[in-house]
This record gives sequence, C-alpha cells and structure tokens, in this order.
Amino acid sequence: MSVKIREYRGTPYSRKDLEEGRVPAFRDKPRARYAWACGPAMGRFLAELKEGRIIGRRCRRCGRVLVPPRMFCEWCFRPTDEWVYVRDTGTVLTFSASYLGPAAERLKEPIIIAVIQLDGASPGIGILHKLGEVKQEEVHVGMRVKAVWKPPEEREGAITDILYFKPIREGQGGGE
Amino acid sequence: MASVKRRVAVIGAGITLFRRRMRETGRELSFYAAKMALETAGITIRDVDAVVCGSAPDAFDGVHMKGEYLLDGMGGHNKPYVRVYVGGGTGVFTPIAAWWHVASGHFDIVLAIAEEKMSSCHPHPQKAFTTIFDPIYTRPLGPNLVWIFALEMQRYMSVHGVKKEQIALISVKNKRNALDHPCAQLPAKITVQDVLNSEVMVWPVQKLDISPPSDGAAAVVLAAEHVAKRLTDDPVWIEGVGWCLDSTYWTNRDLYYPKYVEYAARMAYKMAGIKNPPKEIDVAEPYDPFDYKEAHHAEGLMLARKGEYLKGIKDEDDIFARYGRDGDLPICPSGGLLGVGNPIAAAGLMKVCEIFWQLRGEAGKRQVKNDPRTGVAQAWGDLMQVGTVIVMRA
Repeated sequence: MSVKIREYRGTPYSRKDLEEGRVPAFRDKPRARYAWACGPAMGRFLAELKEGRIIGRRCRRCGRVLVPPRMFCEWCFRPTDEWVYVRDTGTVLTFSASYLGPAAERLKEPIIIAVIQLDGASPGIGILHKLGEVKQEEVHVGMRVKAVWKPPEEREGAITDILYFKPIREGQGGGE
Repeated sequence: MASVKRRVAVIGAGITLFRRRMRETGRELSFYAAKMALETAGITIRDVDAVVCGSAPDAFDGVHMKGEYLLDGMGGHNKPYVRVYVGGGTGVFTPIAAWWHVASGHFDIVLAIAEEKMSSCHPHPQKAFTTIFDPIYTRPLGPNLVWIFALEMQRYMSVHGVKKEQIALISVKNKRNALDHPCAQLPAKITVQDVLNSEVMVWPVQKLDISPPSDGAAAVVLAAEHVAKRLTDDPVWIEGVGWCLDSTYWTNRDLYYPKYVEYAARMAYKMAGIKNPPKEIDVAEPYDPFDYKEAHHAEGLMLARKGEYLKGIKDEDDIFARYGRDGDLPICPSGGLLGVGNPIAAAGLMKVCEIFWQLRGEAGKRQVKNDPRTGVAQAWGDLMQVGTVIVMRA
C-alpha cells in the first residue's frame, strides 16, 4: 500500500456464495493418469523393500551413503559406486503429528510421522515415514525406532511395504 | 561474480486486495495490479519493453501453460514475455528475473508481475500441493503440505530450545501489523494464548501459526538508470539479488537451518556491498508463510545468529521492541503472509512492494520509524529448498 493510492481492487466471495449459486463457476475434474518409471536406483530400492531390506548407494568420493539410493551424487556430480544395505532400525531426527489428511480433511486420530536416520546411512540422511505403537507425547528427537513390515506375501515393492516404525523399547536392543 | 552492466530501479508498484476467493479471474487480477504499477510509475503499457510473469503451480488453476494463459492480463501481448517459477520463492524471483532483463542492457523498462488464484482448486488447494511430493517414495504415505513445515519447525525448536510461545509472538506481531494494510486478508489483534488455543493442524503447527490460501496479484515496474532518473525523483535501486536451490531430497538435510537462504543472501549482500546485515539493513520482509519461518529466514538472512532470532523475547512488548515498526530492526511491517495473506507468488512480490513503499516513505500508517535507506525482501519454497533475496536502497 502506498499513501498515494486510494483504491485497491478485487471482489471477494464466500464458499456459501459458490454453493448457493450466487457466483457463476464452471466445474471440471481433470482425470490424468500416470505410470512413473522408477529408474535403476528407485527400482532396486523398491525391489529390495519387497524382500524386507532397505538399500542405499555409496559415493566413494564424499563417502556418503544415500537413502533412497541415487545413481549419481549431487555433491560430487559423478556416478555413485556401490549398493549398500542399511538396517531397518534408526533414530528420529524430527517428528510431527498430523490431524490433517492429504486434502486438508480433519482426522480424529493423528498420523505420527518422522524423519528417520537409518543405521548405516550417513549422518543427516533421513527418510520420511510413519510411526506406530507409540503415543504422540512419547515421541522425541533422538528416539530409536525399528521398521514394522507387511507380511512378505502382501508386499508389493513400495515404500508402504514398511507399515510404520515403532519405538525400540529398553531391553529389545537394536534388532536385526 | 561478473560485473553488472547497468543499475536498475523500481519506479512503480501495484497490488490488489488479497482474499480467500475472488470473483475476478487471474487475468483480471493481474490487470488490476499491472495497471496500478504502470500508473504509479507514470507510464503506459506502450513504454514497457518486456514482461516477466511469476505464478506458482499450474495445478492451482488446473491450466497448463499458466504463464501464457495469464499473458494478456499481464500486459505481455506481442512483447518479449516469460514466466519464471521457483515454487514459493517465485514472488521475489520474478523481479530478480526482470532485473537481469534490464541490467543486461537488453531492455529499458520491464514489468514484473505475480499472480495466484488458489481458490480455483476446490474445495481446498491442499490437494494440489500434494503433487509436489516425489510420486514414488513419498506420495504413497499420503502426505499433506503442512507435514514438511511441522517437521522443520519441530527440528528448529529441538535444536535451539526455542519455545512455541515465543514463535507464536511472530503471528501476533504480523497479524497486528496487517491491521494497517488496506489489502490484508487476515489482520487481527490476537494474543499468544489465541495461537496456542487454535486448532492443531499438524503438531506443532496450529491454525494461527499458518498463513491462509489466497487470491491476489502484485506488480512492480523496473527501469534502467537513465530512464528511471527521467521518470521519477524517488527511484528505489535494486542493489543486490541472490537465489539458490538445494535438491528435493528434503529429508537428506538438517532442517534446523536454511543454508540455501544464506547462500542466496550472501550473493545479494556481496553485490550490494553489505558486510554486517543487522547493522546495514533498516527494514526486512523475510518470508513468513508460517510464524516460525520468519525466525528461520531472518537467521538465514544473517539478521540474527542461528537460533537467536527470538533469544530473550518473552512477550509482546519484547517482540515489538525488537522487530516492530519502531523497534530495533523492523521485520515484516507489511503484516507479512500471516496477516496480509498468501497468494503464493503475489505474496512474495507484495514484500518487494512493501520495501519499495517503505524506502520511499509512502507506507503511511505502516511506515517504519528509522528513516530506512536499505531494505531486504526474501521468499522461499518448493520442497523447503529455494531461497530468493533482493536488497533495495533509496
């Protein structure tokens, strides 16, 4: 806003105006469908998930183990060198509890999510996943967690082959 | 960095109302903002050599080639015209692109205009936002956009021991500042308790921590030095520009600090000859789609040390004394996205307009009290990976 300007333009309307037909609106629903080729890195990552394993790629120049795997290192800008299995246990780097679904619809029970650094991945290299068998107020940065997998016959080669990560309780150790 | 050929000034600015839903189409909103910018610059569309359009994802409108779709309303008819896009960083990137059009010596007068109409995506633009996530390893988890902010906010709070009560003060400040902005969508006098009692969206993010979806447009006119001096006695110079992007692998970086914002700021400061940002900058508009983002970005802009933006700030008096319009360093005097609204690209450009009006002394009730000479505007976005920065001087 400038003091030299007197009038600002624009005509607001409410959702009710729309629903009750006071605002002319043309409606349509685009129906696009996709089949994303996964490429060699993500393709292998998904195939390994189906087998109950998590795989990354190492860049020998910077030494990082990247999860999810990539066929090139964006730091060194060269091909990565080798496949490396990481463990299905890890540490919570940050977390959240979502009362919103994908379309901003309200959820009664929150989805607890976290960025998890898997054991064997480089420091700061995390993956996004859900947490389960835990209350929101028990979750903390630094909490140790382990993957809970779908039964082998139900896995389909997707990130959702891991149902969620659950806390590693005292006495349960790291677990393989 | 190579030397810049020509100095570039902002000589006019325009803006529409920001509202949740607007009857006008994106083209019509663009036309309003463009006309106002041209009129305040004292020129017509015939004087404009080229037009730069900024607008965020096509999915909001459900129209591909959105730049081309908006072209006529933006004054781009039969002119060199291009749309630029870096997610939420677009609003500040649009005048950056216009700047290099002019600085290169190729054009004398360029119109930079940003538009967003989020209401077309019905019932809520969140659904369109979900398509920014990786289709293979993130979307199957059913994410919504607020997840990433909540995860970043939690990390910022955990690493530095910052409290939600402190962060809520930013929302209190900006919504109150917006009471003096005639275009504002959500101006309000609220308290920290109101923020903490508001609906939990994605913990630790609550309803009053977030800016709203909006419709709106904003525009600025840029001119080469010899033209600007002919057209106005009050040019505001673009003295530094910077931008930087990290990858979309947002879970692979430490979210407590936006390094890419720092790199963008360093680029802009170097160009503007700024060595001590908090001392040399008089007014700042860091990007505030969420309240904690103002702190995060002020730190990325090196206006405060890492984790110290809210250090020692306990109540309203503290935050207004430090960052209010008559405070030590006025931050978001416009009211920011939290108060004025968040039509993505237009919101970023609104911040550039605000710095322009502040440096010209035209901001009326919002005018900061330190007779500002130097200001900075910044935007941010995509998958928490882009920083765009402009330094301006009167």
